Amino acid sequence: MNRHVLYLVFGRVLVALVTLLIVSFTVFAATSMLPGDVAQILLGQAATPEAVAGLRAAMHLNDPAILRFVRWLAGLATGDLGISYANNMPIADLIGSRLGNSLKLAAATTLFSVPIALTLGITAAMLRGSLYDRIVTIISIGVISVPEFMVATSAVLIFAVYLKWLPALAFANEIHSFGQMLRVFAMPVITLSFVISAQMIRMTRAAVIETLNTPYVEMALLKGASRRRMVLKHALPNALGPIVNAVALSLSYLLGGVIIVETIFNYPGIAKLMVDAVATRDLPLIQTCAMIFCVVYLLLITIADIIAIMSNPRLR
Amino acid sequence: MNDKITNWTSADDAMVENAIRRGATRRDLLQMLLAGGIAAAAGGAIFGRASAAFAATPVSGGSLKAAGWSSSTADTLDPAKASLSTDYVRCCAFYNRLSFLDKNGVTQMELAESIESADAKVWTVKLRKGVTFHSGKTLSSADVVYSLKRHLDPAVGSKVNAIAKQMTGFKAVDPLTVEITLVNPNADLPTILAIHHFMIIADGTTDFSKANGTGAFVCETFQPGVRSVAVKNKNYWKQGGPHLDSFEFFGIEDDSARVNALMSGDIQLAASINPRSMRLLDGQTGVTLSKTTSGNYTDLNMRLDMNPGSNKDFVTGVKYLLNREAIQKSALRGLAEIGNDQPVPPSSIYHNADLKPKAFDPEKAKFHFQKSGLFGQSIPVVASDAATSSIDMAMVLQQAGADIGMKFDVQRVPSDGYWSNYWLKAPMHFGNINPRPTPDILFSLLYSSDAPWNESQYKSAKFDSMLIEARGSLDQAKRKAIYGEMQVMIAEDAGTAIPAYISNVDAISSKLHGLEANPLGGMMGYAFAEYVWLDA
Repeated sequence: MNRHVLYLVFGRVLVALVTLLIVSFTVFAATSMLPGDVAQILLGQAATPEAVAGLRAAMHLNDPAILRFVRWLAGLATGDLGISYANNMPIADLIGSRLGNSLKLAAATTLFSVPIALTLGITAAMLRGSLYDRIVTIISIGVISVPEFMVATSAVLIFAVYLKWLPALAFANEIHSFGQMLRVFAMPVITLSFVISAQMIRMTRAAVIETLNTPYVEMALLKGASRRRMVLKHALPNALGPIVNAVALSLSYLLGGVIIVETIFNYPGIAKLMVDAVATRDLPLIQTCAMIFCVVYLLLITIADIIAIMSNPRLR
Repeated sequence: MNDKITNWTSADDAMVENAIRRGATRRDLLQMLLAGGIAAAAGGAIFGRASAAFAATPVSGGSLKAAGWSSSTADTLDPAKASLSTDYVRCCAFYNRLSFLDKNGVTQMELAESIESADAKVWTVKLRKGVTFHSGKTLSSADVVYSLKRHLDPAVGSKVNAIAKQMTGFKAVDPLTVEITLVNPNADLPTILAIHHFMIIADGTTDFSKANGTGAFVCETFQPGVRSVAVKNKNYWKQGGPHLDSFEFFGIEDDSARVNALMSGDIQLAASINPRSMRLLDGQTGVTLSKTTSGNYTDLNMRLDMNPGSNKDFVTGVKYLLNREAIQKSALRGLAEIGNDQPVPPSSIYHNADLKPKAFDPEKAKFHFQKSGLFGQSIPVVASDAATSSIDMAMVLQQAGADIGMKFDVQRVPSDGYWSNYWLKAPMHFGNINPRPTPDILFSLLYSSDAPWNESQYKSAKFDSMLIEARGSLDQAKRKAIYGEMQVMIAEDAGTAIPAYISNVDAISSKLHGLEANPLGGMMGYAFAEYVWLDA
């Protein structure tokens, strides 16, 4: 079994590397097609033709695009992420603290939302058709339908502006204790949980119901297994595959897709960094952010696949 | 009978307070108040407040958190590259200029003791004694020469390269004297040196990860796109120094998030509030609004070298068809002053107040359109969110056109890339011009025959020669007369319609004092940090 899993992981990593290469090339090509380059954007309205030409020459932007791409790729291979076009700072410094912030927020959201979502999903499936099931379904569909800027802004208006319980902005640098962390993260985490939990609840419920309808679960029931044992021991392991995939897909959103939450709470994370980078046509920074999102996505999907395989005796 | 005033907002307060400061008579004010349906009794309270604001004395200490409206990884502490309001605020806190503009638009000396010239061509700058940089180094003429000369180097990417080019000779005469030679005489040099990009940095500085200036605050933390923390400069050369102990600055791009942060007390200053949020803020206690009308404007450009702008009657027709009052009242929600189709704003000492804005006159417009032969054709107009309120303005024009049978096809294009793809290029499009300190800069940037941003391709030999004549003259009255005439020429002949000068509104906590309007822009010309104080 171990060799099989190792072989599988190795294959996955190889595919992931090829995917990364393709993604980086695609992102590079797409960025090159955007109108205007960094010299024009940096000079903004002051971009007279001579000024743009001078700055372009100084920034080596006149080199062929493919040469710049290869140069960036070679740097990446040696662990050098390059220098930001926009402010001449090393990309690693720019990304460092902000990636940390994003991961902290993602971790807090995961810890908060995954247990709740799974519990709600499984219990709703167990009590299928009951009032409880209907309430959970209605609420989760309702929450999916409300856009996150609405949730976030309403939360700010209620808890920060009128009640003044929580700060309206999430200052990541002001966290020195657990209490402060709760205060700062409360609203962003709840907003994000709204967005991602609903999908997890629905997927979990559907997957568990599907296995509950299979003959072997009915057999377990006929053997006299308790309801709890029937669900947790017989149905859940077989429903695990789709569930972890749904969880992984939801979580992958937490790094790149939280731009609205970052904007409303002014939380310095990596999604906003990438939007800035696109706005200034800061190619090395765009590339690095895209790579990070891609790596995290692949990582989550691969982990989900492996868990699915491990939980299924037939695939093991 | 209801005596309560329902439609009175702080914008109206600001208008009345402003009038009082300008010396309006009791009769003027009564007229103003009656025009708004306000009983005379309301006047008393506003009078009281205007004088209270003057009587307050600064308090030392405290730390301020303020938010601008824009911030990105392109944030910089290099004054030459400063482009967003956030950069200007930081540069003003960490550095000083040779001169600056006071609230009346008059040039005052800062690091320079005097900037003088006999012929407006060779200028002598005398520096203050005993000014030190944050690093401890003493300010000398070498620093000034370095700071100014680097704008000429294309690799620096200076935003004011075009303006700096006229300075050709820099000489450090002695440690406290610099001699600047210009290509052609320019009497405005002392004002030009008040532009934010001409902040003085230490000789040889190339690393801008921290700021080493002579300014009121020392840079403690700077993370582009995140925030900066500044602490009081204990050795500041100005008497009294800054009142604040420290000052944190960052950008919150989302308008409602910025307003919410102010209302919840997380920040004490939210710059540039959207007019839509103003009614919300008006109901709040503890928040006041500060309005500045400087020279920012959104203009409708018709290129005179392309169809339909090449037809003079068409251009005149559009100028009559622009409902300036509707634009001021609805598109800009009253936060603007009506413009008279030329770029020198009312806050400038050179503004020609005798030049009246063209009145909204659909009949006259129709006459001109018919004369032009373009009546009934569909004319494309390019508008974008990139040029403030231009979409709303285009709608106002389109509506007025529809009423007389003139069709304008409003093409809404994305902000991203607007300035490089549509601005100056489309036959009929909107532009947005930031305030500039002198008419000379505005005219040579936007209207002279060789102007890099000649938005309507206006070319006039007479205009060019008047520009050079005014530039070289040290006689103030003569310059005002020439500039006045040039404003008339632009309003009549150029293809740029300037319907309104847009005001900037900053929302501040009522704990924050000392913020005054400044012609260089909002937030006291971005230099508020040095002058404001917080209630203990």
